[in-house]
Amino acid sequence: MRIVVMGCGRVGSALASELSAEGNDVLVLDTDPTAFRFLPDDFRGTTHVGNGMDIDVLGRIHVADADAFVSTTRGDNRNVMAAQIAKHVFGVKIVATRIFDPLREEMYRNMGLRTINPTRVQAKRLKRVIEAPSDEAANALVTEFMRQEDL
Amino acid sequence: MVTEAKKGMYIIVVGGGKVGFHLAKELVEANHEVLVIEQDSVKAKEIADELGDIVLDGDGCEATILEKAGTARADMLLAVTGDDQDNLVACQVAKQRFNVARTVARINDPKNEQFFRKLEVDITVSATSAIMAHIEQELPTHHLSVLVKIKGSDLELVEMRIPDDSRVVNQPVRNIMLPYQSMVVLVVGEDGLPKVPSAETVIHAGDEVVAVTLHESEQQLRDAMLSPASARGF
Repeated sequence: MRIVVMGCGRVGSALASELSAEGNDVLVLDTDPTAFRFLPDDFRGTTHVGNGMDIDVLGRIHVADADAFVSTTRGDNRNVMAAQIAKHVFGVKIVATRIFDPLREEMYRNMGLRTINPTRVQAKRLKRVIEAPSDEAANALVTEFMRQEDL
Repeated sequence: MVTEAKKGMYIIVVGGGKVGFHLAKELVEANHEVLVIEQDSVKAKEIADELGDIVLDGDGCEATILEKAGTARADMLLAVTGDDQDNLVACQVAKQRFNVARTVARINDPKNEQFFRKLEVDITVSATSAIMAHIEQELPTHHLSVLVKIKGSDLELVEMRIPDDSRVVNQPVRNIMLPYQSMVVLVVGEDGLPKVPSAETVIHAGDEVVAVTLHESEQQLRDAMLSPASARGF
């Protein structure tokens, strides 16, 4: 698949390198050229410095030819704006985005974006880690969370 | 006798920068009920000091804040922050969750105008486009300028000054190959008098012509009305 990942933070870079390692054609977009340092040395995808909310930038990287577009910047509004441009201006079929605000996440999910909201899950998990009877029990919980994520 | 105050609308202004502040001030003076939502508490306080208790300190893109603002009973929401993405989201939340009848977004990047209007934004206002339009009108090389976009369609009203070498000079309107859904609606000759053209009206060099066209047909209209006669082997 051809996949565009907007935002090369910790999540964006991890996602891009995993997708690329699996043989996908990945392009990572970030406004900050130093953000690409998060990518592993053996990353085989493309990096591009530019703003994913700019229709011209998305045109230049031929986002219309992508199978999927994912926005993972720290800004909810930036993420949904870029995702909607990819979907409605360029007709990308699979458009996914991370939204921290649970209310906005629900709304944009109902409007046809594939959304993920890390806030609730993380709050619940942190609560369970605090409530664990011992440090060992807390660490075991965290290991269990990571195992679930690898499934 | 006390004159009853004219009953205005309830208008929410998202963003208390210069645009938001002056807009709120004008709206208050025009007897509308106004609420400014500004997330910078220093700015929020400055506006409150100036305009009174009409400011809510918070993020106007958040449903909880818009709920507090009574957005469900708002007649209009104006999103005028300096960031296009924030203005888009404020309008979308207002429409989706609170059914606000009219949403207006300030736009910085003119390329976003069409896309915003596809997505819950009823009206877009772009200072960049407005200034460009004025500049284009002043430039002798730009013979076509957009006067206004027609609401609820992709149509716009454009004005053209017919150049001396245009292929339509001394041609009647019926000879002009206009693009799809385009029509000439007004001709102002050198006498300065407006004339609704018929098929037989002859166009002269220097005429000001007002036409309706689809946004995407602008270039075709330019070609049909403004390009030199030789360009298409006339």
